[in-house]
Amino acid sequence: MDFLQLIISGLANGCVYGLIALGFVLIYKATEAVNFAQGDFMMLGAFVCIGFTNHEYMGLNFWLAVPLSILVMGAFGYLFNWGILRHMFGQSQTSIVILTIAMGFIIRFFAGATWSHEPTSLETPYAGQELRPGGLVLGVDEVLIVVVTAILTLVFYLFFSRTRIGLAMQAASQNQLAAYYMGIPVKRIHSLVWGLSGMVAAVAGVLFASKGAIDPSTGLLGIKAFAAAAIGGFGSLPGALLGGLIIGLVEPLAARYGPPGVSQIAPYAILLLILIFRPGGIFSQTQRKKV
Amino acid sequence: MSNDSETRDVVLQIDNLESYYGPIMAIRGVSLTVREGQIVTVLGANGAGKTTLLKTVSGVMDPEKGTVRMQGTEIQRLDPDAIVRRGIVHVPEGREIFPLMSVAENIAMGAYTRTDRSGIAADEEMVYSYFPILKDRRAQRAGTLSGGQQQMLAIGRGLMSQPKLMLLDEPSLGLSPLLTHEIFEIIVRLNTEQKVTMMLVEQNAKVALDAADYGYVMELGRIVMDDRAEVLAASKDIQEFYLGVSQDENQRGQRRWKQRKTWR
Repeated sequence: MDFLQLIISGLANGCVYGLIALGFVLIYKATEAVNFAQGDFMMLGAFVCIGFTNHEYMGLNFWLAVPLSILVMGAFGYLFNWGILRHMFGQSQTSIVILTIAMGFIIRFFAGATWSHEPTSLETPYAGQELRPGGLVLGVDEVLIVVVTAILTLVFYLFFSRTRIGLAMQAASQNQLAAYYMGIPVKRIHSLVWGLSGMVAAVAGVLFASKGAIDPSTGLLGIKAFAAAAIGGFGSLPGALLGGLIIGLVEPLAARYGPPGVSQIAPYAILLLILIFRPGGIFSQTQRKKV
Repeated sequence: MSNDSETRDVVLQIDNLESYYGPIMAIRGVSLTVREGQIVTVLGANGAGKTTLLKTVSGVMDPEKGTVRMQGTEIQRLDPDAIVRRGIVHVPEGREIFPLMSVAENIAMGAYTRTDRSGIAADEEMVYSYFPILKDRRAQRAGTLSGGQQQMLAIGRGLMSQPKLMLLDEPSLGLSPLLTHEIFEIIVRLNTEQKVTMMLVEQNAKVALDAADYGYVMELGRIVMDDRAEVLAASKDIQEFYLGVSQDENQRGQRRWKQRKTWR
């Protein structure tokens, strides 16, 4: 029972890591840039929602605040690319990486100044409620995280395989030049992808902050999600989720059964092993071009 | 190869085009004309600037100077998607397909700029009728196709945008002579049956001149010679430098090691 309990809470954590990793991978696949502020996007999404719904701020209904904050973060991602990154088109990777790191700092400061530097919880209608199926005690928040992530995965799958814009995003990520030749407006697609990963970040943030407190430095969690993305195979959406789940599961298990301190290094130890034995990640999508 | 093709309406008019590849001037004042229904070929060795020329026309690169006119309207600084909407499609060198998508999805991407569902479906059938092998492989990942099939897919995908003008970059690259022949046969059929005007860039002068109505020769970013395809094919310079026909020996019974081209 104890073990199952650990698994469930590990899964819930893993889903949050996985969703942040998903944001990394979306952007990386489509634009070949790595957004090191993805964790901070998540944190910002959580605070935007807190700002909408918590009673000391605007006090809106929770079910209205969530879609609102997802929209706000989507617009934020879109505008970030449209207003700033797009003008760095053609610059080296390094400058883009540094720009996103700087953006992370700005977001952290902004969130602290606007809302709070203290750990804050999102007020949800389901806070503290539990489900007790057959002797287990499951927090509704944790179950909800797993369910929402599963639904989101399905939505993404359908979006990328069925819709015109989703297919265009795939096309632009697989061969940017060819996408241009087909008349796909690649620059707009890039902005849309940034918007999409902003929305995913908002969902991750809401889920994270409904389960525990969040403060502006929580965004550094992004590093762990980055490891998750690398474990799964940078560039694979299912890989990102799987990597997140692996890290989420390993942490509580290592803390429970391993010597003290192991749980902190376990994710990175796994990353190291993966990089040594399967450098492309679990679902590596590297493939050579035929001539 | 009809002679009346030289009096038809101009589809593409390029004037004094200059394009840079980084700091290098890759095209140095190129002017050329493509008329409706023609197959125009641009011959030249590696690095002559042929691909840069096509990229400048399709909007992937912006020219420094000069104009590109599509049916009279200037298009030289438009984004590539705007140029596709005007009826120019670029079939790039080295296939450049979407490797992880299926053949059918690749073909569907070619129609990205269109919204008429019935027209798209009809054109899909048209593409499959020219390339039956693609129909058999429609569910297969495009990256696993052979080189020749990828070339067919790239051409088929290009057709899906209903182009008035198709820019073909080295369709023979990396293909066996037999496959090259097959691809060129289809290119000529598309030109006559589907009325697609073609601008074709090639190193393989023989097949290109056989298929084309008119030809330009490009060297180091300049057009050095242009004429009807059959005239070019008969020219001594072209024969020697592009078709590999060796010339007669001179009076002293020796070959000149350093041939001078008439355009230098």
